[in-house]
Amino acid sequence: MTGTRTDITASIREAVAAYGQLAVDVQTLADTDDLFHAGLTSLANVTVLLGLESAFGIEFPERMLRRSTFESISAIRSAVEELVGENEPT
Amino acid sequence: MKTFAATSRADLAARAAAIGATCVAPFAEEVDEESRFPREAVDALRDDGQLSALVPTRLGGQGASIVDVAEATYRLATHCASTAMVYAMHHLGVACLVRHPTNELLESYLHELADRQLLLASATTETGTGGDVGSSICAVERSDGRFRLEKQTPVISYGQYADAVLATARRTIDSPSNDQVLVLCAPPGLSLEPISGWDALGFRGTCSSGFRLVAEGADAAVLPTPFDVISAETNLPVSHILWSHVWLGLAGAAVRQARSYVQSEARKRPGATPQGALRLAELDARYRQMAGLVRGAARRFDEMADDREALSSLDYAVEMNALKVSASRLVVDVVGGALLICGMAGYRQDSPFSLGRLLRDAYGAVLMLNNDRLLGANAQLLLVGGDRR
Repeated sequence: MTGTRTDITASIREAVAAYGQLAVDVQTLADTDDLFHAGLTSLANVTVLLGLESAFGIEFPERMLRRSTFESISAIRSAVEELVGENEPT
Repeated sequence: MKTFAATSRADLAARAAAIGATCVAPFAEEVDEESRFPREAVDALRDDGQLSALVPTRLGGQGASIVDVAEATYRLATHCASTAMVYAMHHLGVACLVRHPTNELLESYLHELADRQLLLASATTETGTGGDVGSSICAVERSDGRFRLEKQTPVISYGQYADAVLATARRTIDSPSNDQVLVLCAPPGLSLEPISGWDALGFRGTCSSGFRLVAEGADAAVLPTPFDVISAETNLPVSHILWSHVWLGLAGAAVRQARSYVQSEARKRPGATPQGALRLAELDARYRQMAGLVRGAARRFDEMADDREALSSLDYAVEMNALKVSASRLVVDVVGGALLICGMAGYRQDSPFSLGRLLRDAYGAVLMLNNDRLLGANAQLLLVGGDRR
């Protein structure tokens, strides 16, 4: 699944809502809000990651597995877009 | 300003070794028996300026690296694991203060710490969180440039003897449990009321009682960096590295005991290899394996100390969790192996080869920050990454 930027954002929000165990409703967060401040733990983050890998058919490489990649919806989107782009036939 | 004997980082470990022989070893049995604070050792470390090792030179410290402090920790631990643990925990706190963006208040505190050789303790666990240092119940309340914090903790090692305590808490009263900050709680706004004692099997000299902590002061005492960042880049790696050096010292002491036992047997019958000699060779190999692991981790940390991205990677968290699990198992293995070599002489309390204290201390390693918790975290973290393609 690739889709438009809006679709990607929606899928990321879905994964964060389903697996992030946040202290707040994801819909109340802006794309740039800090997810760790919103209650995301590094362990819950792993589940979010697995959800994203499953939804987009991607695998996050080791170099992306650091806090900065997952600190906000928009940061995750940059990572997903890069990986989805890699998978697309040119 | 007072000048201290240990003016350079280069001789930190050698001076710690000298203090170990003169002010730690003679009191180790008594500290253990009476479960009392190793005050002679800490006084000597203070007089030597060792408590400011990690403080930058511009603030009056020695600007030492983690390898320097780790090596000094190891030397102390060969005489008394409790003393070494106090030393390790203090430097862990200082590392959190010096490695993250600071402010005027925190800088002047570090200056004072170097000047007066103040001892820092940590309050990272909390009653009710089930041992999870990544979450807090208590919260920092702020108003008019002041903060107030109240925390019930099951343990603050050497809390009664510390000059200040670094405590974790939720950032605000509205923050979720994992949105934490680290707060420097210092007099005059610090009160520690003991709520439990410390009568444990090992590490008896750490006096790790529980406390009700109440602190207030200028809100600049709240570290500006979120605790999860401090944790990934400093608290997790430095704690596991320094603790591992405590255990390495413990293991080293046991190996030396076993070796001198085998040597004494060899002297009784020159020409006949003693029964324990082969076991000693095996034990020595196991110890060297542990030393390689533990010292390698300290060197690697120093190499990547400023690469914040790499330190905050999941892979490094996995590595540091694995270090703690492996080193804490190896120390039990090594001390147990030494007991088999020394036999009844090691089992007896009244023999020069007694391994009682070392055995009791060694078992603490797997329990302080339970290995099952760390393995559970790694079980989760290993589900992603590893560049499978």
